[in-house]
Amino acid sequence: MSPALQGLLTILIGVSGCIGYFYFSNQFLDKVLFPATGKNAGRNINRANMVRPWLFLLPAMIALGLYLVYPVFATLWYSMTDRDAGNAFVGFDNYRQMFAQPKFWEAMNNNILWLIIVPAASTAFGLLAAQLTDRIKWGNFAKSLIFMPMAISFVGASVIFKLIYDTRPVDTNQIGVLNAVWLQFNGGVGSFLILRLIPAALVACFVAALAYVGYNIARKRLAPSHKQGSVFASIASAGLVSLCLVAVIIGLKGFFGLFTFDFPYGVPQTWLTTPTWNSILLMVVLIWIQTGFAMVILSAALRGVPEETIEAAIVDGANVFQVFFKIKMPQIAGTIVVVWTTITLTVLRVFDIVFAMTNGQWETQVLANYMYAQLFVANDWGVGSAAAIIIMLLVSPILVWNVWNVRKEMR
Amino acid sequence: MDNIAGKKSGLSWAVNISVALLVMLWVFPTAGLFVSSFRTADQISSNGWWQSLFNTEQNVVLRAADPDDDGVQVLENGTYVIRGNLYGEAGKAEIGAWGVNSREIDTHVAGDSAELGDGQVITVQANGDYVLTSPTEMTGRGQRVFATAETPPEFTLDNYRSMLFDPNNIEGMAKAFFNTLTVTIPATIIPIVIAAFAAYALAWMDFPGRAILVAVVVGLLVVPLQLALIPLLRFHLNIGIGKGYLGVWLAHTGFGLPLAIYLLRNYMVGLPRDIIENAKVDGATDFQIFTKIVLPLSFPALASFAIFQFLWTWNDLLVAKVFLIDSTGQTTVMTNQIVELLGTRGGNWEILATAAFVSIAVPLAVFFAMQKYLVRGLLAGSVK
Repeated sequence: MSPALQGLLTILIGVSGCIGYFYFSNQFLDKVLFPATGKNAGRNINRANMVRPWLFLLPAMIALGLYLVYPVFATLWYSMTDRDAGNAFVGFDNYRQMFAQPKFWEAMNNNILWLIIVPAASTAFGLLAAQLTDRIKWGNFAKSLIFMPMAISFVGASVIFKLIYDTRPVDTNQIGVLNAVWLQFNGGVGSFLILRLIPAALVACFVAALAYVGYNIARKRLAPSHKQGSVFASIASAGLVSLCLVAVIIGLKGFFGLFTFDFPYGVPQTWLTTPTWNSILLMVVLIWIQTGFAMVILSAALRGVPEETIEAAIVDGANVFQVFFKIKMPQIAGTIVVVWTTITLTVLRVFDIVFAMTNGQWETQVLANYMYAQLFVANDWGVGSAAAIIIMLLVSPILVWNVWNVRKEMR
Repeated sequence: MDNIAGKKSGLSWAVNISVALLVMLWVFPTAGLFVSSFRTADQISSNGWWQSLFNTEQNVVLRAADPDDDGVQVLENGTYVIRGNLYGEAGKAEIGAWGVNSREIDTHVAGDSAELGDGQVITVQANGDYVLTSPTEMTGRGQRVFATAETPPEFTLDNYRSMLFDPNNIEGMAKAFFNTLTVTIPATIIPIVIAAFAAYALAWMDFPGRAILVAVVVGLLVVPLQLALIPLLRFHLNIGIGKGYLGVWLAHTGFGLPLAIYLLRNYMVGLPRDIIENAKVDGATDFQIFTKIVLPLSFPALASFAIFQFLWTWNDLLVAKVFLIDSTGQTTVMTNQIVELLGTRGGNWEILATAAFVSIAVPLAVFFAMQKYLVRGLLAGSVK
């Protein structure tokens, strides 16, 4: 049977099966189990209504339980057993083995870089695009073009950017845009301006912003007037502050690196095999995709800022920047956090880009691809599962935060 | 906002230019792939795609017809003559300068004649027409001509023809395209049906534990599907599904459900309470309320999720690699096919660009057609 026909049949069976299940189970409940007739009619209706929600939920609960809840625990179990030794329990041996691998630490380091750079850059570009496109007539058209990469697969995007990063031998025409642009630089004033000064300024802005955020969080926590909150909040803010600190240190290193780095002018570069740069170039792919998402959400948030607050600020003599940073930013801070965490989740799951472009060679490994390599190339299920658990651990603060927020909202 | 308080921004030109730059930066990569997919291998490797949109000046080596072939040489008034066009037909390129020696490729301009020794003379016109005359019968291979030619932009559909419609091309995308479609459609529809019922229960039915279930769904929204790979693959192998379409449909259903339930529940909660309570008073059962009232009203949320799930399953690589593609490779999907081409045909950009564009064309069409719903879904789906 051809797969297309099989697909059609599955749709039919799946959909009619689902609908049939819901219809007949309801009928069964109302007509057979608790019929709304006879002397027990009232009690039966109440009972039927108590059971019905679970009828509606059952298929979803089975699917969720089997495909998401069970695997979490199963993976945890696999990460502590050895497949070759008949699935014997080995405690933390797999973790120990994983921590001894340099490839794992390379993946961890890269993942930290990804976690800092991609959400920051996407959110910043998204905010910029949202703020700018909301002010012009063809803004919606511009938005849909910036948003477009959202529809492109990571693999498709990888091909697109591989063409951009393509390298040809020295005396031939470069067909990759990046090298074609690169060969225009010759070490003169323009090169200094574009390759050192402007990036350095951007890095400095970023570092300053992060330092400011970290400082504010720390100050609020440490202020004598501060009421001791929950332990969870303290841990969260301590984590945030240390994350900011790490980012600031990396940023400062990058800042000075930009001025001392010896650029190889005039030679076409093989971008994807040059460590550190290649990781950043892979990040560019994800930033390109995620900026549209950030822009759409932030643009809606910016439109939701009440006009009166802006008008009042302008009447009081605030300039454009003050309006943006002092009036709008505080009001969309919650949305920025949402965008940031959502992109963080995407970053932690990113596998296709690295797999398609470098497959983790040349020091570009990330956790998700490391895990895939351990599971399906090295066939080491123990270490692979341990890597998956590490990803889960990195995700869990966001999980707790989201659940906490939703519970607060529902109360 | 700038008009508020009688102020007019003087910077609107700067804003327009910045947005134009940003948009160009964002469209440029995709445009490169699109243009490249319409170029031949030679064109792609000879210059960048951004140059292909304009006339390009190229140094080319052309060859006159081979004198040994029948009927090429004709004897006219005692001289042997070969006539023809260096490009095969006129009008393909505009020759500026030319030469007959690889060290002197621009010694003559179009219309000139060049001495080749032994009394042979060649005359080359701008459109490639040439006349080669010789007092004796010519032998050997055709005369080489080195030319600097202005070539107009030229595009071809051959790449698409060979990648999509050539049944002999084992690297073709046609099969992978249908496989992707086969994965995508059931994997989009089934979770919607299951999630809609669950979302209705979570939104409009009262039962103990509802709040906890909602919290669980929100928590599951975040669980990385990487955790599910090994346990589920083992599960599928144990119950006899193995690697195949059924497995990938089930996996996509499971992974898509949290978002589906969350999106639909959030939308359904917002429906007006009056309608549903009136229906209840009139004696409608929950099943009727759901199918006759809630479901039709929830169409925008259903559409949002359908687009998400469609894009996600169409673009997915990991789930297909783990749950679908077996060693025979008969069930390969487009993303996997492209990754394999990247490995084996790393430098053949005409193949890669065409393959990639075939795979992103459908999501792009869906995106532009249904953008409204996608944006709405994004706004509702990001956890507040």
